[in-house]
Amino acid sequence: MTVRPIRRLATGIALAALSMSVLSACGGDSAKPSLNWYVNPDGQDTLNALAKRCSTNEYTIKVQLLPSSATDQRTQLARRLAAEDSSTDLMSLDPVFVAEFANAKWLLPFEGEQADQVLDSDVLKGAAETATWDDEVVAAPQWANTQVLWYRKSLAKAAGLDMNQPVTWDQIIDAAADHDGTIGVQANKYEAYVVWINSLIQGAGGNILDPSTVEAGRDAKVTINSQAGKDAAAVIEKLAKSTAKQPDFTTSNEGTSLGAMFPAQGAGEFMTNWTFVYKNYEGLIGKPGGPKDKAEFEDLGWAKYPETVEGQESRPPIGGIDIGVGAYSKHPEFAQRAAVCVTDAKAQSELAINEGLMPSRQSVYDSDELKEAYPPDLLSLFSQSVDSGGPRPKSAFYSQISSALQSRWHSPTSVTAGTPKKSADFLNQILKGKALL
Amino acid sequence: MTTTYVQTAVDPADDARPPDSDRSRAENRLARKLVAPALVLMLLVTAFPMLRALYLSLFNYSLTDPDAREFVGLANYATALSDPLFWRDTGNTVMIMIVTVAVELVIGFAFAMVMHKVIFARGVIRTSILIPYGVITVVSGFAWQFAFSNTNGFVNSWLPFTSDDFNWFGQYWSSMVAIMASEIWKTTPFMSLLLLAGLAQVSNDMLEAAKVDGATWWQRLYKVILPNMRAAIMVAVLFRALDAYRIFDNIFVMTAGANGTESISFLTYRQVIEQFQLGIGSALSVLLFLSVLVVAAVIVKLFRVNLADARQES
Repeated sequence: MTVRPIRRLATGIALAALSMSVLSACGGDSAKPSLNWYVNPDGQDTLNALAKRCSTNEYTIKVQLLPSSATDQRTQLARRLAAEDSSTDLMSLDPVFVAEFANAKWLLPFEGEQADQVLDSDVLKGAAETATWDDEVVAAPQWANTQVLWYRKSLAKAAGLDMNQPVTWDQIIDAAADHDGTIGVQANKYEAYVVWINSLIQGAGGNILDPSTVEAGRDAKVTINSQAGKDAAAVIEKLAKSTAKQPDFTTSNEGTSLGAMFPAQGAGEFMTNWTFVYKNYEGLIGKPGGPKDKAEFEDLGWAKYPETVEGQESRPPIGGIDIGVGAYSKHPEFAQRAAVCVTDAKAQSELAINEGLMPSRQSVYDSDELKEAYPPDLLSLFSQSVDSGGPRPKSAFYSQISSALQSRWHSPTSVTAGTPKKSADFLNQILKGKALL
Repeated sequence: MTTTYVQTAVDPADDARPPDSDRSRAENRLARKLVAPALVLMLLVTAFPMLRALYLSLFNYSLTDPDAREFVGLANYATALSDPLFWRDTGNTVMIMIVTVAVELVIGFAFAMVMHKVIFARGVIRTSILIPYGVITVVSGFAWQFAFSNTNGFVNSWLPFTSDDFNWFGQYWSSMVAIMASEIWKTTPFMSLLLLAGLAQVSNDMLEAAKVDGATWWQRLYKVILPNMRAAIMVAVLFRALDAYRIFDNIFVMTAGANGTESISFLTYRQVIEQFQLGIGSALSVLLFLSVLVVAAVIVKLFRVNLADARQES
């Protein structure tokens, strides 16, 4: 009988000890709070420095690394936010995640003065469009990515192309095919292939989904089966049948076409690719895969993204990173102040100079520091491209839309004039939940 | 010989028990009270998610569009069952299950015999046979992916009928071979462990009697060992078949479902985790659960063995 009171006492002590330890763990609340900033691995050193600079007497920003693949980044953040995780304060978001997350009410909108601060008139139009949802500012653009046409000046000259004027896909495919050159694109079954398709369609004046209905989610109107869709398919079909396509055309990505610019044999390439290309080749002068000397590096040219239809202005792709604030954050005010700080002009300038991640603000492109780091005409091409860029559909179902397009437009060698209709039918089924992906 | 055989079969007469005494009724009541908390906890952690999945499967529901959640009844099941993708993935899953379990049964039996008969270095041999089962599936998936890789793998150089740059993950059949090879390597030890338990139950007296009667090695295997191991074989095949039907890790690591190599679990994962489609994803997981039940029922029926018998409860 004496055993019971002893056991009770022991249990009581154990419980008390446990609750003390739990309480002391919670005791951190009274100290300076930490804000968790989930970042993708691009430009980590500068992001760490930024987190330090933007920490104040009231809060500390702690950088947490997300996985390298965009799908894994999205899944990890979504899992946390769906579980109403209060420790997700700041997030680096790919622009296509913003609509999905905002529609699920996982992002805390910026209001009043702060909204004006993160999205003032200095922010380039293409980047600004990615940060709003339902007429609210739900994210702050941190850096903007876009694609331009990279090419060998000697190849364009041999083909007789005037690169000061806009060129079309038809022109560059013919020029490359006739002059021992190639065309570098991203046509593997992945997101960047959808980026290409979207830009081709928008360049022909069309859209995958009707922009006025795109925010309606499942009820959005699918408009890919249009003349613009057919024009886009015609470009892909033409390249697939051309001798200018690269050997790994159907599995090509941003990295695979880099090597074809300065090949051992051949005239080089026309390549649509992101802004990192300039710094990439500059760092490879005299090294394998790069220009053999400074003179050959100077043969690298850049021009606006090619036109799908002659005379119709192209709509270059838009990428980059927007900073969102978690809707369940314990310190929403601090998190929004921190978001303003890590996206300010100084932060954007540092990211551009140190990491090659281009700004989303015009004033940063105009700054002296950037003009020292990049040729001025390249800087103005980047800012023009971001300003006139066409975003991918801003839909809460973007991930499904992208996968549906990939399943019907890949392989690029199978694309025909009938592909837009096939993909429209499938997209309609997917949006209505009537088919599996 | 006959006497021992009858012992393992279930005798219906055993069910007729004498009426319970007061004491045994009281003990039963106490037992129920003792078991109840664990049972309630089990139900909470297993039944709740299952019922929740069943409930969610009746909605058209995307995690990124919670306001548009709409009750659709059994429409998600109709969509899944009428979609060719579902049947293609079910076909893949069934094929992986049949091939891997059949191969594992043969190799596993051979390993079980080795483990049973080995006289010297018994511990070392048994341990080395069991090592693959101790490796995490994702790790073994990566190891086999590297082995089959056309850039840094060794399989191409070992096999006489493949060229050195053959891309195993470039098309359907070769990808499937690589996935199944990894699965077989990883889980054969489990099969052999279960079969070893069955082998240990075969009475030596019977084997010696058969020997004295002039039975050859094959006759002893077919007439004495295998019939006496039927329950153990069923348990091994049942466990492995159910496990193989849920194959996910190897496919996730080795092909991520490319070239049509997706399994039904992978399809479910993509709908729920990647596409955030909780409605149709839950419908798929319910269908997966039902198909696992069907597989179990078919195997139990095929082997005509009473489960209680297999668990040595007779």
